[in-house]
Amino acid sequence: MSVVLRGGRIIDRDGERVLDVELGDDGLIAALGTGLSGDLDLDATGCVVSPGFVDLHAHLREPGQEEAETILTGALGGSLGGYTALVAMPNTDPTTDCVAVVEQVRALGRRSTCEMVPSAAMTLGRHGVDMAPMGELVDAGVGIFTDDGTGLQDPRLMRRVMEYSTGLGGRLGRPVVLAQHCEVSALSEGGYMHEGEWSSRLGIPGQPAEAEELMVMRDIALVRLTGAHLHFQHLSTASSVAMVRGAKAAGLPVTAEATTHHFTLTDAACASYDPVFKVHPPLRTDADVRAVREGLADGTIDAIATDHAPHAAHAKELPFDQAPPGMLGLETAFSLALGESGLDLPEVLALLSWKPAAIAGVADRHGAPVVPGVPANLCVVDPDETWTVSGAAMASLSSNTPYEGRSLRGRVRHTIRAGVPVVVDGEARR
Amino acid sequence: MSADARHDTGLGRHLLGIDGLDRSDLEEILDLTDAFAEIGRRPIPRVPALRGRTVATLFFENSTRTRMSFETAARRLSADTVAFSAGTSSLSKGESIRDTVEVVASYGADVLVVRHAMAGTAHRVAEWTDLSVVNAGDGCHEHPTQALLDCYTLRERRGSLDGMRIAIVGDVSHSRVARSDVLAFTTLGAEVVLVAPATMLPPAIEGWPVTVAHELDPLLGDLDATYLLRLQRERITEGLIPSLREYAADFCLTAGRVARMRSDALVLHPGPTNRGVEISAEAAADHRSVILDQVVNGVSVRMAVLFLLLGSGRQLGAVEAGDAVEVDR
Repeated sequence: MSVVLRGGRIIDRDGERVLDVELGDDGLIAALGTGLSGDLDLDATGCVVSPGFVDLHAHLREPGQEEAETILTGALGGSLGGYTALVAMPNTDPTTDCVAVVEQVRALGRRSTCEMVPSAAMTLGRHGVDMAPMGELVDAGVGIFTDDGTGLQDPRLMRRVMEYSTGLGGRLGRPVVLAQHCEVSALSEGGYMHEGEWSSRLGIPGQPAEAEELMVMRDIALVRLTGAHLHFQHLSTASSVAMVRGAKAAGLPVTAEATTHHFTLTDAACASYDPVFKVHPPLRTDADVRAVREGLADGTIDAIATDHAPHAAHAKELPFDQAPPGMLGLETAFSLALGESGLDLPEVLALLSWKPAAIAGVADRHGAPVVPGVPANLCVVDPDETWTVSGAAMASLSSNTPYEGRSLRGRVRHTIRAGVPVVVDGEARR
Repeated sequence: MSADARHDTGLGRHLLGIDGLDRSDLEEILDLTDAFAEIGRRPIPRVPALRGRTVATLFFENSTRTRMSFETAARRLSADTVAFSAGTSSLSKGESIRDTVEVVASYGADVLVVRHAMAGTAHRVAEWTDLSVVNAGDGCHEHPTQALLDCYTLRERRGSLDGMRIAIVGDVSHSRVARSDVLAFTTLGAEVVLVAPATMLPPAIEGWPVTVAHELDPLLGDLDATYLLRLQRERITEGLIPSLREYAADFCLTAGRVARMRSDALVLHPGPTNRGVEISAEAAADHRSVILDQVVNGVSVRMAVLFLLLGSGRQLGAVEAGDAVEVDR
C-alpha cells in the first residue's frame, strides 16, 4: 500500500520546500513531487512535514513497573507526540546493565510504534560501585550509558568509566556517549524541591541548585582529563547552562539536553503541594527558566528531551516527600517547545529531531533529510491547532502530566514509522 | 456576623494555615476564644455546642500534647472523637493516606484534625475530602492553632500585639511553629526578629516581614516577648550545630538571661521543653514565663476553631441552650 503526505511544507536540516511525500512499501521514502497520489492520501495542507522526533530521555518502565507504563503504551504516547525513536532509560527492574535486558527492550520495541534505543547503566545496578560490562554492551549496539535517576557520585569511578569509554568508540563506530544526571546526592538528599524562596515558605525541604552544578563542574573537568563524550541530561540551572556554554567554547566534547518542564514551569508550582510537580532535578526559578531558554536558543543545549516518567496514580497520592519524582512528557513536548520556548518552528524541529538523533547515534534513520531512499520516519505537525491537555486521554498508562487542563498550541497530526502511518489525524491507528 | 458572611473571610471550610488569614480573621477567632476560655473555668467545663458531631484526629506523626488538646477541646464541646495514629495503624501495612482518610470519613467524621511529618499533607487531605480539615502541624510548614494560642496568650497578658517586639529563637528553618507565628504575630501588628545560628534559618527569607539576628544577648533588654523553639536533638547529627553545649551557651534562656529581660516581658515555648538546651528550669519557672498559660489556652483556641468550622450557624441554638457563649458575634 502506498501512502502519500499531500500538500505539506517539508522542514528538515537542509531547509524548507512544499512537496508531496510518497512512502514506499519498503519503509523508505519513495518519491517527492507535486500532485502525487497513493492508495492512502494523508492531508498535510497547512502543516509541516518533519523528520520524526527522537527523545534522548524516556522512562518506559518495562521491565519492572508495567503498572505505570509499558514499552507498547510509552511508544504509542511517543507516536502521538511525533516521536519515531525513544532512548529508553536503564532504570528498569532489573536494571538495563547487561545484554539480556537490552535485547528484551529491543524485542518489545520491535512490536511497538517507535524504535527503542536502549541505553545501559554505567555501573552495575546503577549502584555507582562497579562498572557495567560496557564493552559487551557496546558490542550489542549500545551507544549511550547512564545511571540516570542518580548521578555517578564517585569521581574516581566516573573518571575510569570515562577513560574506558574512550577505548570503545572503535568497536561502536562512533564515540560512546556517557549521559550524566548531575546531582551530588550529599547535597540533595532530603530535599524534595528546589531550595529557595518557595521551599522556605512552603516548608518543603529543598535541594540547592549547587547539587546539580557541582557535578556539572566536576564532569567538565573530567572530560578535559579524559576526552570522553559527556552528555548532560536535563540541565536545569542558570549556572549549569553557563558552564556547559563555557565547556563548548573551550572545544570539549560535551552535549546537553533540557526537558520541556524545565523551560515551562517554576518551583512556584509546588505551592499546591501536589507531587505531580515533584521531579528531579526539581523545577527551578524564573531566572533558571530564562537561562535554559537562552541555552536552547544559542546552541548550548543540543536537544529538547522529555524525561517522560510515568507513575501510577496511587504513587502520586502520597505526601510530597514520599511520592516518586517525575512527570509525563512525550505527548506534550512538541506543543510546549513550539509555544513556550521562544524558538521558531525550524529551531524547535532541530532540537526535537535531527540534533538528538545525532547524539543517539540513529541519524541514518531518524532525523535524516526528507529525500527518497531514507527510512520514512516522519511526523506531520499542525503549528496552529490548539488542544487541551488531559492526562486521562493520553496513551500513557499513567496520567501524571503537570499541564492538566492547559490549552496548548501546535499538535501532531500524523506520524509515520518505517513507512507505516501509526498516527493519523491525531489518533493512534493501532 | 452571620454564618454566611463568615465564608467571605479567609477562614472557610478548613484551617490549613495562618497564611491567607487577615487581621479580622485572626481577631474573630481570638475574640471567640474568650468565650470558650470562660467555659474552661467552670466546674463542669462542657457545653453541647457540637453534640452529635464527630472530630477525627489523624496523627500520622506522633504527638501527645496537640492530640490531647484537640480531644479535650472536642469533648468540652460535647463532640465525639475518633483517633487514628500512624504507629498502630494499617498505614504500617501499606495503606495509603488517601485510603485512611476515606475510611475515617466513612465513620461519620465531620472534621479531620491532621498532623503529618511532611509539609502540605493537610492541604492534600483537604482536596480529597468534603470534610473540614484542621492542620495540626504539617512538617516544617505550619501549625496554625499553635500560633493562635500563642497570640491569644500574648493578647491576654498585653491586651494587644500591636507594637510588640518578639524574638523567635532557635531552629526556625525546621519549625512549623515559627512559620505560623511569624505570619500571625506580624498580621496582628507585632515586630518579629528571628534569632538563630545561620544554619537554622530558612535558606531564603526575602519577603518575610522579619529581621534576623545571630546573637540573643544584645536583644534581651529590648524584647516584649521571647519565643523559644524546641531544638530537635537530631539537628546535631545533621551538622547544623557543633553541639547542644555550644547551642545552649549562645541561645539557651538561662536564669541570667531572663533576668536581663524587662520585668513585664513574656517567655513562651511550644513545649515540650528541653531543659538546659533552649530554656533553663529557672527561666521556665520565672514570673515572665507563660508556658503553662499556652497549654491552657490551647484548649480554648481549639474549641473556638472547631466551633467556627462545625458549629457556626446550624449549632447556634445548641450553644444558647448550653448558656455557654455569646453567639451574636
